[in-house]
Amino acid sequence: MSDKGSIIYLEGVVVDYDGFKALNHLNFIVNYNELRVVIGPNGAGKTTLLDVICGKTKPSRGRVIFSKDVDLIGKPEDEIAKLGIGRKFQAPSIYGNLTVWENLDLSLKRDSKGVFPTLLSRSTPTERERIATTLETIGLRDHPYRRAGSLSHGQKQWLEIGMVILQDPALLLVDEPVAGMTDKETEQTGVLLQALAEKHAVIVIEHDMEFVRQIARTVTVLHEGTVICEGSVDVVQADSRVQEIYLGRQKVGH
Amino acid sequence: MRISWSNTSHPASDGQPIGVRPNGVFWLIGLFLLVILPTLNVLPGEDSWLYVSDFTLNRFGKFLAFAILALGLDLIWGYTGILSLGQGVFFGIGAYCIGMHLMLTIGSESVYGSALPDFMVWNQVKELPVFWAPFHSFLAAVGLGILLPMLSAWIFGLLAFRSRIKGVYFAIITQAVALSAWLVFNRNETNLGGTNGLTDFKQLLGFRLSEPGTQRMLYVVTVLALGGAYFLCRWIIQSRTGKVLLAIRDSEQRVLFSGYSPANYKVFVFVVSAGLAGLAGLLYVPQVGIITPGQIGVLPSLEMVIWVAVGGRGTLVGAIIGAISVNFGRSLLTNYFPELWPFFLGGLFIAVVLLFPDGLVGLMRYMKPDAIRSLLVKAPRAQDEARP
Repeated sequence: MSDKGSIIYLEGVVVDYDGFKALNHLNFIVNYNELRVVIGPNGAGKTTLLDVICGKTKPSRGRVIFSKDVDLIGKPEDEIAKLGIGRKFQAPSIYGNLTVWENLDLSLKRDSKGVFPTLLSRSTPTERERIATTLETIGLRDHPYRRAGSLSHGQKQWLEIGMVILQDPALLLVDEPVAGMTDKETEQTGVLLQALAEKHAVIVIEHDMEFVRQIARTVTVLHEGTVICEGSVDVVQADSRVQEIYLGRQKVGH
Repeated sequence: MRISWSNTSHPASDGQPIGVRPNGVFWLIGLFLLVILPTLNVLPGEDSWLYVSDFTLNRFGKFLAFAILALGLDLIWGYTGILSLGQGVFFGIGAYCIGMHLMLTIGSESVYGSALPDFMVWNQVKELPVFWAPFHSFLAAVGLGILLPMLSAWIFGLLAFRSRIKGVYFAIITQAVALSAWLVFNRNETNLGGTNGLTDFKQLLGFRLSEPGTQRMLYVVTVLALGGAYFLCRWIIQSRTGKVLLAIRDSEQRVLFSGYSPANYKVFVFVVSAGLAGLAGLLYVPQVGIITPGQIGVLPSLEMVIWVAVGGRGTLVGAIIGAISVNFGRSLLTNYFPELWPFFLGGLFIAVVLLFPDGLVGLMRYMKPDAIRSLLVKAPRAQDEARP
């Protein structure tokens, strides 16, 4: 049974791409109000892990339990999103031809997201206030009516984070948020994620070790589809298997 | 490449909120079509230079019926980014529904003097096929002419969109549907008049179709229907559902992970576009006087896409302008150089794709005096801070 304190609980999860096991009997638990960073070399299964949680990829084996006892396996993506799991993609995934405000407005949590209720729905003052607050949080207060496609890369990343925040998810999945950002933007993103972790559980995938150091309390290291180490940044960096994976990679890569 | 199947970054909407507000020009065009053209058909003498002939008015009625279809196609292609190459089928269902009603109202005026349509006598069909029976009623024919296309689109859309068929695959499948519909309508066994289609209509609701007055009324009804279709589309586009449609075009993934079901939205817009195509078919047939399988198959369906592309995808006015101007060009050209039309149409499509991807509406926007002025100063760029 899932731990009482856990928001997401994966047990023995296998994802098999034609014989290649992207996830190999993975066990993974994140608790409420935790900020967890997942690291690992390319192909370790980090993104696949998020894909499994948000329903994009169906595992061939294993259990995925959200909150107390909600089984996520087999549920369609939009339903999982409505249950309270928000996903921020690696490449900014926003609506380029809509304004910043419209981007946020569509993402806002609403009772129904069906075609006809949406056709007739009108914004309430509370909703407008929430959007305004979020604009403030993500640093786009001055650009509500700007076309989202014309934002800078960093601003697009923040906009998408804002969109995910407005879904009011209990669990936020964030895939490499600072890739391509300037140092200053990276730091601001770190502050933003830490603030979010006070109210939501957050899982962040990251490559940038400096950034990991800035935000992480607990780090999980994935390798070849399984967890090989978990703990604070210092503990993880001191781990011999982790060093081996990364040093091995460095010889090839750099 | 500016054109793409899923049409993810569409420059027409650069910076400006996409919903087109009816402005002065819109009402002027409305007034012109609804009041001035029919008046000029009635009042001036036939030798006056102001006189609009019955033929011209009738021809415009046909173009405006096409414009209704173009609005629906723009909704699904221009706004949602889904290319349907099967709109001719929905148009055809609407057209055949009213065509069947018109066949049944011919009665004993037919060539063979039988209550059965001529082609049935000719094919030695002794009894009216059962599925023809509801079309004795005008209201049933009109209702079915809109509802049957919607129902077909709903069933087909559910199957296709729930299975996540997208982009070029969806386009190809809809084209295959257009081909098979064409084959079915062509068969004599289906009792729909075969290759010759339905024609020789005499009257509608007791009005003689050969009377100019009847044709004028049909024209006015078509203008009103087009106006209604325009406001329906505008209402959808400006609603939050309309924003979701645009969002699907930009990032379907984000829509899905924001808790919307893109499949349901696509089915919705497909059904609406099918209903509008059916309505267009209903209005087309009594004005043109004939419907054959040749008007509803693969090629006509492709032509419909070109109307919207030429007018300007992603603007409702563009769809209307495209349908009217391409068909106007067609009727001019086929008068003088009938064999050149396919080449002209193909050339037009290539020109749109390569030279003016936003169609005529994009060109007009570009031709605005201030745009020309800014062109002289620096490269024109739509303002990004446009307030809605």
